[in-house]
Amino acid sequence: MSKKLSPQESKLKTQQTYKPGFSMPDSSKFDAGIGLNEDIIKQISKMKKEPKWMLNFRLKSYGIFLSKKMPDWGADLSGIDFESIHYYVKPSDQEERSWDDVPDSVRNTFDRLGVPQAEREYLSGVKAQYDSEVVYGSLIKEMEDKGVIFLGTDEALQKHPEYFEEYFGKVIPPADNKFAALNSAVWSGGSFVYVPKGVDVGKPLQAYFRINAAKMGQFERTLIIADEDSFCNYVEGCSAPVYTDHSLHSAVVEIIVKKNARFRYTTIQNWYQNVYNLVTKRAFAYQDATMEWVDGNLGSKVTMKYPSVYLMEEGARGEVLSLAFASNNQHQDTGAKMVHLAPNTSSNIISKSISKGNGRASYRGLVKVIKKAENVKSSIVCDALLLDSESRTDTYPYMKIDNKKVKIGHEASVSKVGAEQIFYLMSRGISESQATALIVNGFIEPIIKELPMEYALELNRLIELEMEGSVG
Amino acid sequence: MLKIKNLKAKRDGKSILNGVNLEIEKGEIHALMGPNGSGKSTLAAAIMGHPDVEVDEKSIVTIDGQNLFEMGVDDRAKNGLFLAFQYPVEIPGVSFVEFLRLSYNSIQKHRQGDKFRELSPFKFKQYVEEKMKMLHMDTSFLDRNLNEGFSGGEKKKAEILQMAILEPKYAILDETDSGLDVSALKIVAEGAKILSEEYKIGILVITHYKRILEYLKPSHVHVLINGVIKKSGDYSLAEELDREGYKDV
Repeated sequence: MSKKLSPQESKLKTQQTYKPGFSMPDSSKFDAGIGLNEDIIKQISKMKKEPKWMLNFRLKSYGIFLSKKMPDWGADLSGIDFESIHYYVKPSDQEERSWDDVPDSVRNTFDRLGVPQAEREYLSGVKAQYDSEVVYGSLIKEMEDKGVIFLGTDEALQKHPEYFEEYFGKVIPPADNKFAALNSAVWSGGSFVYVPKGVDVGKPLQAYFRINAAKMGQFERTLIIADEDSFCNYVEGCSAPVYTDHSLHSAVVEIIVKKNARFRYTTIQNWYQNVYNLVTKRAFAYQDATMEWVDGNLGSKVTMKYPSVYLMEEGARGEVLSLAFASNNQHQDTGAKMVHLAPNTSSNIISKSISKGNGRASYRGLVKVIKKAENVKSSIVCDALLLDSESRTDTYPYMKIDNKKVKIGHEASVSKVGAEQIFYLMSRGISESQATALIVNGFIEPIIKELPMEYALELNRLIELEMEGSVG
Repeated sequence: MLKIKNLKAKRDGKSILNGVNLEIEKGEIHALMGPNGSGKSTLAAAIMGHPDVEVDEKSIVTIDGQNLFEMGVDDRAKNGLFLAFQYPVEIPGVSFVEFLRLSYNSIQKHRQGDKFRELSPFKFKQYVEEKMKMLHMDTSFLDRNLNEGFSGGEKKKAEILQMAILEPKYAILDETDSGLDVSALKIVAEGAKILSEEYKIGILVITHYKRILEYLKPSHVHVLINGVIKKSGDYSLAEELDREGYKDV
């Protein structure tokens, strides 16, 4: 949302002390064109002045990408044409489009949400640059004073290669899946965060990323290291619609949460309805560490995303709060993975999905407990809400439990927006669309309350907008 | 006046109401009694506009001259009709106060037109608390979700509280007394009485029992049998029915 700056942010705005955190290292023109081959990958790497090992990593990943077959167990991906994709366009060279080219549906949503004009143009690709440094620069300065490193991934690789040599591609190796391999071959953009030992970042790292999310493009790569005893709540994305020509968004997010640290990663995404959103997210949580994913998916054509936590050492905790809204012609195939590799680890999955029109929301989850992992506790709750008779929901809960001393709980529910509920609310002067929105917002409230205020408000309003079209 | 003229209605294809006629003036309290299956709750549902009730095209119910059957459910509420439900539904995750505020705003906006200014959440809460004081209710359920986990008594109290906040012109209390203990019944019934006097609300109270009527002291009592009003009278009719049942009606 961020349509109004808080007093604090306004103050930041006037200070203007900090130089860009996100910049591309080169100014030469470069467009890789359509399709992909080794030469293009070499060019990308050269352009970015990357170390040799990164080029080798990319090339090896490309080979893996070619050898892996398309996943056939989830959503229908047959609409993806790898030959017609631009794999790399330098952000500054991206063609600017006219405001008139932005679809009415997107523009109306901006209007109704009250997104500021500068931000609208940015989110819909009319403007290639958004001057976020001016607004948020001081916030980043404050982080730097605490020793927090907070950079674009390309820049971070130049400045802090040691972290990349140690961690990059270790949580999610290229061979994990076809799209992780593709990302590993052509990644560009994304963020790098390092939170030093014992540092509590305090306020959520959010405003900055709200606006940068759109810029990150299609193959962003995020690497986060939360050192021992640290605490950070990281928020990215944007509940306002992101309009893009790219039909494939395939990101990789790797997080290492060290001993006794706690990290929360909140994402809200609302892609335009042409986008295949295929994202691999995984965290390693070490001794007594806590990793929480809060993952909200609206929009897109197809989303496949299963944030996962590998519980590596005793006392580690993992949590996924997943929210999916599948509107007309959309398939949200989302869920979570919890892999218990050590005794006394625990995990908690809460999934809420809403299907509207002919939309389809699937929960797909895995809980795995290896033999030596005793006293594991895991709880899974999946609730689905159907808004129309043709809406669809499916649940695919997989469990591989190799230890007998475990406590696993699984609950699933499917409900429909009830006629009695609508009648009751309308008998109090509330319109049918408002009544539906109220019921839907109530349904997702357990997840909404975990979001920063402005995201929560914007999501609630988005749902009201969605409902206006759905009842007649 | 709430005027019910030749109301015929079906539920699941079965004729339940077979021509009900009834007139309620502002500030009057009418009781509607009758045996199980006589159509009392269907009458309430038909007037409010429940989707399962099919009203005959020729039936007319007007509220101060306006035909309710030409309005949607929400517009009936905006025009001053209120139904206290026999079984208020639970709506998980929806804050009771937020729901009340939405409802209040939507109805007041309709009544006041351009003059209407929304109360801030803080002011609104004060307004609600005043009403609760007026009804001698404690505020324990105010911070909870709409009817979620409410006890039977709390649900009925919450219905009367909504009536106090929305200040309708006419209210139907559909077996509001069912399942209440003596102290909850007293609060609910006295509350309805206070509201009727304070805001001149015309009330139709649907009940099996005389208990609630002892508080409300209706001026008119009607007996519904097989979907028609068989007998009407004053309060003494309720006493008579209590003694002798419906067999002689």
